[in-house]
Amino acid sequence: MHELSIAAAILDRVAAEAARHAGARFTKVGVRVGELSGIDPEALSFGFQALVMESEWERLALEIEYCPRVQRCRQCAHEFPSPNCETVCPKCSAQDTVSVAGEELDIAYIEVEDE
Amino acid sequence: MTRVAVEQKVLSENQRIAAELRERFRQNNVFCLNLISSPGSGKTSLLERTLEAFPRDMRVAVLTGDIQTENDARRLARFGFPTRQITTGGTCHLDARMIEKYLADWSLADLNLLLIENVGNLVCPSSYDLGEHAKIVLLSVTEGDDKPLKYPSIFAKSELMVLNKVDLLPYVPFSVQQARENALRVHPGIEIIEVSCTTGQGLDNWMAWLQSRHEQALTAVSA
Repeated sequence: MHELSIAAAILDRVAAEAARHAGARFTKVGVRVGELSGIDPEALSFGFQALVMESEWERLALEIEYCPRVQRCRQCAHEFPSPNCETVCPKCSAQDTVSVAGEELDIAYIEVEDE
Repeated sequence: MTRVAVEQKVLSENQRIAAELRERFRQNNVFCLNLISSPGSGKTSLLERTLEAFPRDMRVAVLTGDIQTENDARRLARFGFPTRQITTGGTCHLDARMIEKYLADWSLADLNLLLIENVGNLVCPSSYDLGEHAKIVLLSVTEGDDKPLKYPSIFAKSELMVLNKVDLLPYVPFSVQQARENALRVHPGIEIIEVSCTTGQGLDNWMAWLQSRHEQALTAVSA
């Protein structure tokens, strides 16, 4: 469980962005959390709420986009979702496939209240 | 409401430091491995057997992470190589800044190999790049053969799975075949070596992997 560290890292990035947009009021930060990132979205939300409580970021919302794992076949280039870690290509049955989505742990955007 | 695109890694600061470490390792020809497993799978035992097998003049150093105690560093320092304990004081993983800090007064030019033993945890260490050449995951037969499916992230990111404690197979309901299939399902192409740090079984395969992967890393540097 390191979601609290991750929530703190998100707030660090938000603070850095705030320094570049003096006077702007941030209302939401959007992050992408991949299935293989090792991060549990619910625990991340919980940690984030705990950190912003009674802080300058109290009104900042966190929006999490969960990104399931997607594999690409190196034989036929087919891309397919990989629920339950199914990595064999459903099209040509090749086992030589690589992850192309699911490792995300990104800050996608920040929403700013208009003047 | 205006949406401002940020598009940054949450752990971009860790990534930045890890990239600096990786560059320092490259410049000094240091091969670095990050060992990850649950508590009690045998990371320290594998390192003991590894250090024991090295010639005395081997230029190897060890960083070992734990939440509390210096016990592992004491176990590993017996072999006479530079060893340092990183006690995280509660944090469930090592991060790149800790590695940078604990390496600060070591001369990388005097090393060829840096072995990092992460905090015992199959989840959190998988998120943090330490600048290593490869992550290695250990699984022991006293755990379940379904661990790769339960903790896919670390198995997907590791080049090698070391299956430890195979001397105990007659006494536990663990299927090596099932564990292999599960690991390969999560990570097609993961390498697998079976060992027992107690009896020494399979350790020659581990030492051979270590040497060939080390040579491969050096070739990549000179290429």
